Amino acid sequence: MTAIQIERASKRFGTVTAVDDFSLSVEDGEFLVLLGPSGCGKTTTLRMVAGFLDVTSGTIRIGERDVTRLPPHRRNIGFVFQNYALFPHLSVHENVAFGLRRRKVADAERSRRVNEALALVKLDGYGARLPRELSGGQQQRVAIARALAIQPDVLLLDEPLSNLDARLRHDVRQELRRLQKLSGITTVMVTHDQDEAMSVGDRLVVMNNGRIEQVGTPQALYREPATRFVASFVGRGNFLPGKPTDDLGSFITASGLTIAAAHLRRDHDTLLVRPENISMERAGVTGANCFPATVEVATFLGSSFETTLRLANGDLLAAVAPGARATGATDWCAGDNVTARIDPEAASGLRAGAVDAGPAGNGIGRHGGRNSVPAA
Amino acid sequence: MVRGTTLTEKLQRSGFHISVAAAFALVLAPLFLVVWLSFFDNEILALPPQGYSLRWYRAIANQPQFISGLTLSIVVALWATVMALAVSIPAALALTRAKFRGREVFLQLLMSPLVVPAIVVGSALYMGFVEAEVQTGVPLTGSTLGFAMGHMLLVIPWCLRLIAANLVGVNQAVEEAAQSLGATPFETIRIVTLPLIWPGIVAAALFSFVVSFGNVELSLFLVAPGQTTLPIAILQYLQWKIDPTVAAMSTLQIVVVTAALLITDRFVSLSKAI
Repeated sequence: MTAIQIERASKRFGTVTAVDDFSLSVEDGEFLVLLGPSGCGKTTTLRMVAGFLDVTSGTIRIGERDVTRLPPHRRNIGFVFQNYALFPHLSVHENVAFGLRRRKVADAERSRRVNEALALVKLDGYGARLPRELSGGQQQRVAIARALAIQPDVLLLDEPLSNLDARLRHDVRQELRRLQKLSGITTVMVTHDQDEAMSVGDRLVVMNNGRIEQVGTPQALYREPATRFVASFVGRGNFLPGKPTDDLGSFITASGLTIAAAHLRRDHDTLLVRPENISMERAGVTGANCFPATVEVATFLGSSFETTLRLANGDLLAAVAPGARATGATDWCAGDNVTARIDPEAASGLRAGAVDAGPAGNGIGRHGGRNSVPAA
Repeated sequence: MVRGTTLTEKLQRSGFHISVAAAFALVLAPLFLVVWLSFFDNEILALPPQGYSLRWYRAIANQPQFISGLTLSIVVALWATVMALAVSIPAALALTRAKFRGREVFLQLLMSPLVVPAIVVGSALYMGFVEAEVQTGVPLTGSTLGFAMGHMLLVIPWCLRLIAANLVGVNQAVEEAAQSLGATPFETIRIVTLPLIWPGIVAAALFSFVVSFGNVELSLFLVAPGQTTLPIAILQYLQWKIDPTVAAMSTLQIVVVTAALLITDRFVSLSKAI
């Protein structure tokens, strides 16, 4: 069993608190992703687990061992760095053999395990090369092989894909997922890229200002984000401030709309509507959650259109729609009059501020319904 | 570089080439002159040549103080270099990898021989050695050890700066990677950090050797009767004679140092380290 237990870990640099009272358990064999904007404390947390940084307070356990005060070389962790951090003066083979040499693994056994690790990342035959003779993607795979060759208790990945170009990043993250399932190793990855996080993680931890905003499966975070921060960081969304009706069947926005929505709680102060949950129909359609609207902007994305709709009361909504069959034409154009229908099952309430923060709703203008795009 | 075909661009380009040529001429002219003079047949160092000969090279053999001076210079420079590296490598590691109080003071202290005139360092060392000798009976003045220790002070700033600059250039994630793979901090330095800054260490050693080898001011206070370095032997010789023997001796030095640089450069790329 090599679960990771982080109990009330904090890290302060002078007067700055980078990680604040952070508690989390990562289960054996789980792929957990720490997600958040830069400066949220995710890398600091990872480096504390690795032992590169001391905790200011708190405890870190790997399996049964309390590693809080253990130096990195005695923690038996595999760490993969953003910039690969291969040993430039050693061959690929020797890079992978490095940890085995430190562990005094006998020659034959060492050689076998190096070749095994290189085969795992599909780099057999590259052993004699120097790191600089490999492409970025290959270097990153050597780094992963090097980390796995020591059979670490846990694998820690610090933004492992951000130095790769977009196409390669997609391939390598599939590969990462495959390797992790294959080896069954407990893994923690840090990233600021939501697509990356959602595609590889069993569970995501969204961090903000050194604290956990929410922990959950990608589906749970996407469908029922606890805070506006989580909602805007995981996927895109329309955020409509307001309050639920007394029977919790509908949500009344500050701009005066009444929207039927399931899953409302009394303390919710914002309604989240994902762009793909707004369907666009021809003008004049009436019914539950139907609102007349005008297309302000329509961007063709190939498989769909990304549109901005202006409702009669002036609210703007971002919506994603397939072709414009509803109107008889093929394309959506600016100026089209349409009906926006919001799926009541998919509209969910949340709190604008942090779950345990004070009164929420600050910083959101009277004109709700702005579409919010997470920082790239 | 200035590119282009307009008149101004052409003029600017010529200006650039001329200034580069001038800089090279300024650096190389004295070297060229020394080598040229060493082949003159003249009895005194003067232009124009009255013919060419190798007699001044043969004359070196008749000047035992040149030979013994050369030996002492090399021995002192080697010891000074080794001792300075032994101090500078750990010091540079501490300065670039650790955060501690008084870091800035520590750095300035090690760099101070660059600031204090060598002649002052020399006289201070001399007085210190004499006092230490009186107190302990260990002969320091005029000893090779005392000599090398004095020169070590002189070359530490060079070693420290070069090695520290190379250490700053090492990606620290590489050192962390080594530790995550099970290397102790000491193993990390030995098998990762030092191999990566090896060109810098070689460059530092060369600089130290050359600085120590050519030093006069400090050596003046450390020499003993019958024990003198080559630069001082040359200085003393010049007080009585100005024949081209000195030029011949200098040419030999130039050859030795150039050979050392070329050979080193074949094994480590010095241009990367400096």
